[in-house]
Amino acid sequence: MNEAWIIVLKRDLLLAFRRRSDVATTLFFFLIVSSLFPLGIGPEAAVLSSIAPGVLWVAALLAGMISLTRLFAADFADGSLEQMLIAPQPLALLVLAKILAHWIVCGLPVVLLAPLIGLQYALPNESLLVLVWSLLLGTPALSLIGAIGAALTLGVRGSGLLVALLVLPLYIPVLIFGAGAVAASQHGMSAQAHLSLLAACSILALVLAPLATAAALRISVE
Amino acid sequence: MQWASWSAFFNMGGYALYVWVSFGLTLLCVVWEVLALRKRSAQALRLSRLLAQE
Amino acid sequence: MKINWFKYSSPQTFYPLAGKMIPWFAWLATILAIAGLYISFVIAPTDFQQGEAYRIIFVHVPAAWMSMVIYIVMAAWAGLGLALNARLSAMMAQALAPTGAIFTLLALVTGSLWGKPMWGAWWVWDARLTSELILLFLYLGFIALQSSIDDPRRADRAGALLALVGVVNVPIIYFSVKWWNTLHQGSSINMGAAPKMAATMLLGMLLMALAFWMYTVAVGLMRVRCIMLERERSADWVKALSLGAK
Repeated sequence: MNEAWIIVLKRDLLLAFRRRSDVATTLFFFLIVSSLFPLGIGPEAAVLSSIAPGVLWVAALLAGMISLTRLFAADFADGSLEQMLIAPQPLALLVLAKILAHWIVCGLPVVLLAPLIGLQYALPNESLLVLVWSLLLGTPALSLIGAIGAALTLGVRGSGLLVALLVLPLYIPVLIFGAGAVAASQHGMSAQAHLSLLAACSILALVLAPLATAAALRISVE
Repeated sequence: MQWASWSAFFNMGGYALYVWVSFGLTLLCVVWEVLALRKRSAQALRLSRLLAQE
Repeated sequence: MKINWFKYSSPQTFYPLAGKMIPWFAWLATILAIAGLYISFVIAPTDFQQGEAYRIIFVHVPAAWMSMVIYIVMAAWAGLGLALNARLSAMMAQALAPTGAIFTLLALVTGSLWGKPMWGAWWVWDARLTSELILLFLYLGFIALQSSIDDPRRADRAGALLALVGVVNVPIIYFSVKWWNTLHQGSSINMGAAPKMAATMLLGMLLMALAFWMYTVAVGLMRVRCIMLERERSADWVKALSLGAK
């Protein structure tokens, strides 16, 4: 019935595949930011592994954020966004497809790269596993919440900085639970509670964010 | 009455700096906000008077 | 009796009405503030643990309360404006944001001024200060979004949506900060629990909070009048008003 959203998803993935440099930019950004911290702080393994959860999560947060302005900009410029607004399919569903594509392109690679960087930070194996789990559960929430900010600032001057200002405070719960999960595993505690809360955040965002994003797009495009 | 003298009141048990700066800053914000809004309103009226006289 | 709310929601009729209301709220605020200050400096006894420094709570706690109340009221006006497409509601939301941000800033600064003698540090990552800081970010985001959109209609609606998203997130943020705080600080000094809440202290804080509230209404009305003048610059009633004002 609602095949339109699959078409949108495929189209966005194909576009991203054709412009692979976008994906690479996000990954390089994540890599560079997380490599800067050891250079600034020093190579002591104990210090590095104690800051690793926070640093890696903040780097993932920022990496997901820098690509947000591109989420709707191209569709807005070539007019296909307006077609989506008047399409018979519910806009929230089409928006969800775009967000999913954004996560596959910008979120998933970070999740897969994170354990490698975690090794550089001398994280033990079980914490690496928790890191991957926390990012896997948490980064969808980042893409979903970020989409609201991207839609609100569509076509506004200085939208890149504005998105950061709008979205970063809303990312705080995800950061706390995500970094907390890794830290808990480092201290030999169960990360179960953190991961559950992280999943709860993502589910809540999954329900509400597409609707809010759709409303924001209607406000921005009209 | 809690205070033996005026100087004891101003001294605030040795915490004068913290207490009076807190209350002073609050007062300053209130006064500044009211004055700024008056200025903003006068400016808006002046601008539309210019528009009206054109 | 049926009041025609839509009549009062037009800027032309609301502008003079607000002008009549402002002095009342300003006087109420002044009287309540005098009563509150009298209780906080004359009636309230010295705290046996914190000495006189605890008197900062009479401005810190009301400011912190107001910063949260204003955010909720702002979101309510914004939501109302979005649902009913009412311009006045959106202007109210816009008018409240700077005052809310100022109270948030005051809560932060006075909290830090209280923290210095109590904890020996200007800043401690305590749950309340941290949440206030995040609330300040939310206010700044709202103000920045509204001021960077040129079309007032779009600015109103985009700001309203952001305020609603923020208000859904505030409890989650607050919970997560509490959680983070208990994990990392254990049983350090807690601001809320430090002075035993005596009835006079509570009364003083309530009076100060009410004074701040009345002040917020007065200043919000002042700002909404400015916004009306600026937006309806070329409307006939504003022109007539500006010619009569001199």
